[in-house]
Amino acid sequence: MNIKLYVQTLLPALGWTALLTVTSLTVGVALGLVIGLARVGPVRSLRNAAAIYVELVRGIPLFVQILYIYYGIGYLIRNIYVPSPFVSATVAFGICYAAYIAEIFRAGFQSLDRGQAEAARALGMTRRQTTRLVLLPQAFRNILPALGNEGVALLKDTSLASVVTIGELTQAGRALSSLTLKSFEVWTVVALIYVALTLPLSWGVRKLEARLRVRGAAHPA
Amino acid sequence: MSAAPLIRLKGVRKSLGGKEILRGIDLDVAKGEVLCVIGPSGSGKSTLIRCINFLEIPDQGTIEFDGAVVRPDESLDRHRARVGMVFQRFNLFSHLSVLDNLTLAPSRVLGLSADQATQRARALLDRVGLADREHAHPAELSGGQQQRVAIARALAMQPQAMLFDEVTSALDPELVGEVLEVMKGLAREGMTMLVVTHQMKFAREVGHRVVFLEGGVVAEEGKPEEVLERPKGARLKEFLGHFS
Ligand SMILES: Nc1ncnc2c1ncn2[C@@H]1O[C@H](COP(=O)(O)OP(=O)(O)O)[C@@H](O)[C@H]1O
Ligand SMILES: [Mg+2]
Repeated sequence: MNIKLYVQTLLPALGWTALLTVTSLTVGVALGLVIGLARVGPVRSLRNAAAIYVELVRGIPLFVQILYIYYGIGYLIRNIYVPSPFVSATVAFGICYAAYIAEIFRAGFQSLDRGQAEAARALGMTRRQTTRLVLLPQAFRNILPALGNEGVALLKDTSLASVVTIGELTQAGRALSSLTLKSFEVWTVVALIYVALTLPLSWGVRKLEARLRVRGAAHPA
Repeated sequence: MSAAPLIRLKGVRKSLGGKEILRGIDLDVAKGEVLCVIGPSGSGKSTLIRCINFLEIPDQGTIEFDGAVVRPDESLDRHRARVGMVFQRFNLFSHLSVLDNLTLAPSRVLGLSADQATQRARALLDRVGLADREHAHPAELSGGQQQRVAIARALAMQPQAMLFDEVTSALDPELVGEVLEVMKGLAREGMTMLVVTHQMKFAREVGHRVVFLEGGVVAEEGKPEEVLERPKGARLKEFLGHFS
């Protein structure tokens, strides 16, 4: 086993996987929050638009979304802007995960005690202030484990980005495997790297979940 | 007590879930008056109190405050800021410390500086006997302590009137007294108060006037000794029977 070759190839690939996960999750959470807010907000047209977005995006396989955005949309706008594979993948993952994360935010908002919002409004706070200063912090705390799980799922899903030639782990695994012709060895290493990344994350999420549950059980609010 | 009412309800009607809960309420609360509202469960007491600060928007009728009709428009936030409300279940902001519960609205709604808001909050915590708990979170406090914080939170807005909706009903009996003491203090200082309560002793000793709500209408009203000692209607007699 050529350790040096593995390190040289897989270390940068690991960086791409990590970077793609972080940027995509950021887009997904930001967009998911906006859509989740629209979903529980007072404006009916926005509520409907958000619902349609969620259903539509969840109905399309992620793999197809990546191809659609990189090749389909990329072709359509080729004269105006040519996005890099990385940007395309970030947008595709962000759009897709935003749909699932929006549902998490929606559930997070809906699970809050109605008295919290009423207390804020009764003090003269506007709807906006109430959402930003009272509801969002509480919802966010409650959904943190669920968001963590999305992050873990996303990290694994970034392997799909190899189809648009980003040099992340899976793409690097393919390159290594055709170079060395040692498929079993290469894919075992790649698989183990994924496990090494996701295991601590999942563990952290479970710890967090347990801590929130203990606090919640001791002090139902 | 001056003659002009601070709060005046005229013909207030409100339906919820297809059922008419308030069926034409006329009610005045004078400046500095402590008005106690009693009545069986489901008679519309909470709905009445929630209509006054428009957590429920009345279907019909008007609510005047300080001589002007309150309209359910952008000015509502300003109206709510001058009417304090205390809930049965405290509703303290669960993610904030006691101190932050008291400073949030004064700084965000009234525009107080952090220093001013903190100073005001500390003075109020001292007054409700919780000066040493400012860093605690609501979940770390007893029900009685939480409710005292909730009263202080409402007072931090320096409201012109306070609404209390069965604020001792969710408390263990031994914690009721400490909350009622705070309310008595407020009444002594001349705060205008509308108090929905099952504490007949409080109504008798602190209330200036008592209203008996029954089926969404004011069935009887008068001085505490009249309403509580010499009830006229059969329903009120029966209702008071549960407390003796
Ligand atoms: N949001 C609602 N939708 C439908 N019915 C409601 C709602 N809120 C209260 N009610 C009903 O209105 C009636 C009066 O409620 P409420 O004002 O809370 O009475 P009280 O405080 O005197 O017990 C009750 O029968 C209650 O079930
Ligand atoms: Mg009630």
